[in-house]
Amino acid sequence: MNKVKVFIPRDSAALALGADDVVAAFKKQVEIRGLSIEIVRNSSRGMFWLEPLIEIQTAEGRIAYGPVQAEDVGSLLDAGVLEGRRHPLHLGLTEQIPFLAKQERLTFSRMGVTDPVSLTDYEMHSGWLGLRRALTMDQDEIVKEITDSGLRGRGGAAFPAGIKWRTVKNTPSDQKYIVCNADEGDSGTYSDRMTMEGDPFMLIEGMVIAGIAVGANKGFIYIRSEYPHAIEVMNEAIQICIAHGYLGADVCSSGKTFFLEVRKAAGSYVCGEETALLESIEGKRGVVRAKPPLPAIEGLFGKPTVINNVITLASVPIIMAKGATFYKDYGVGRSHGTLPFQLAGNIKQGGLVEKAFGITLRELLFDFGAGSRSGRPIKAVQVGGPLGAYVPETQWDVPLDYEAYAAIGAVVGHGGIVVHDDTCDMAKLARYAMEFCAIESCGKCTPCRIGSTRGVEVIDRITSNQNKEQQVHLLRDLCSTMISGSLCAMGGMTPYPVLSALNHYPADFGIEIQEQEII
Amino acid sequence: MFQTLIKDFTEMHGAGNGTLLPLLHHMQEKIGHIPAASVADIAEELNVSRAEVHGVITYYHFFRSEPTGKHVLQICRAESCQACGSEELLQLAEQKLGCKSHQTSPSGLVTLESVYCLGLCATSPAIQVDEKLHARVSAVQLKKILGELESSS
Repeated sequence: MNKVKVFIPRDSAALALGADDVVAAFKKQVEIRGLSIEIVRNSSRGMFWLEPLIEIQTAEGRIAYGPVQAEDVGSLLDAGVLEGRRHPLHLGLTEQIPFLAKQERLTFSRMGVTDPVSLTDYEMHSGWLGLRRALTMDQDEIVKEITDSGLRGRGGAAFPAGIKWRTVKNTPSDQKYIVCNADEGDSGTYSDRMTMEGDPFMLIEGMVIAGIAVGANKGFIYIRSEYPHAIEVMNEAIQICIAHGYLGADVCSSGKTFFLEVRKAAGSYVCGEETALLESIEGKRGVVRAKPPLPAIEGLFGKPTVINNVITLASVPIIMAKGATFYKDYGVGRSHGTLPFQLAGNIKQGGLVEKAFGITLRELLFDFGAGSRSGRPIKAVQVGGPLGAYVPETQWDVPLDYEAYAAIGAVVGHGGIVVHDDTCDMAKLARYAMEFCAIESCGKCTPCRIGSTRGVEVIDRITSNQNKEQQVHLLRDLCSTMISGSLCAMGGMTPYPVLSALNHYPADFGIEIQEQEII
Repeated sequence: MFQTLIKDFTEMHGAGNGTLLPLLHHMQEKIGHIPAASVADIAEELNVSRAEVHGVITYYHFFRSEPTGKHVLQICRAESCQACGSEELLQLAEQKLGCKSHQTSPSGLVTLESVYCLGLCATSPAIQVDEKLHARVSAVQLKKILGELESSS
């Protein structure tokens, strides 16, 4: 008889909730009971309120149970979990859980399904198809495919990836680089982490394709130090790819060369800004560079460099495998394709939702998220990370697309969605945004370095009722200076959460003012 | 005194462009922090000024110039964890340990640190104790973890 396959995730969120203890309990129990199982450490399906979520392979498909703790293992085995029988933690066929069934998983199609470091799994689930097709095309054709797909930078800036690639391709140089920005510092975002921990070969494939397209033979993945598991998995996957000829001096016997290296960051938020990141890889303080020159022309070590976010590069294989039109047909307006939205904070069903652009926040919060975790009304939702605006209920029906969000003074960013219930104090959160900017500013430009500290002081004076009217005026003036005068998004966007809090929740600042368009 | 450690690393990885951060990571991994006394040796080996090395060490939050306590407790204070009670966890830890954030408890057992995002935002609040992550942490659980650290010492 074949051993029953039991899938227990190795994603850090599952580990943080006791997945390793569940594995140990299974091993112990099957030994006592004289059973024989095969434990597969898969990645997470992204339904984190159900983690640790275990799955059993049955003839009907994979059956899920969760959230499972080590002490549940005995009763699960008693109930006949290995035959997929009923138990209070039984969730039915994984693919039919509504949260998952309603998604459009393109980039995340393998997530939670495969063993992240099994090359066989990757190959069996459409892996390397994009690279194989790219190897039959010339550089211009690959760049055109990416341009035609409408793929825009998923890190937050939404710059068209194809245009960036074309600039690097057309800039003559003896050395070019591909840099992957995996410095995912935004609170409420974890799709990069999941990708690196859960489907590392996809990211490698995307980077190799980028290298071939622009003529770069060396790549770096800059991963934050807070992600030790991601660093470990990426390094393991790179070694496997070298051993099997997907990386190195002769990629897939094509004669093309691509080397890849992981660089560990060191806890600086602003290093997620592309030029600060390049400085950091060069071994310097992560201080933002003035642009121009663009990194595409003078990037890492002064050479033409493609610098893209994890999800941007991870979207490349499916675009190359299925063609630009397939990808472009998802989405609305000028926001093509899908985005992995990440539900976080005070939400009942927190997790990753990959959907085409155009879905609304209300659908995400209630159809997927099932409302707040505390059960209290949701008051404010911060979309797009710590530099994103707080979106009030009146705007929850605006479609999530880059342009529609820009029109309401908000940002889609990297797709992070942090939910706050009605106990939150928006003046405190606005103050926190300024405080965070003061801690993390690289210090190069004055509006960000000084403005953030002054911002904290001004908000303190507003909330302690000192000359309130004048101080509110001053805060708006300061925000305007930061938006227009900062060198990068750190100082330039910190006013987004501050002003949106002030405009939509004036009562929290002890003031009654009319809502007005500021940004 | 640090020369061997530094030389061993540069022999493996070179002393060229971009070696400084990987070298600092290596030293912190081996020693637990980057002693001020090592700055001159690093500067000489990589042929950069001491000011540059010092600048890099102090710029990045991850690098420590001082040794930590026996354990390091990191509490995530980013927005997602704030929405789920991380400030209360931090207050509890400060009160139990008798020290503020970025300080070490008087007994030298635990260094308390604030971090900004452990990437476990769907299961907030999150903390990290040495290498181990914990998610959906309640006050009761934090008390238990602190108790375990105390009894293990």
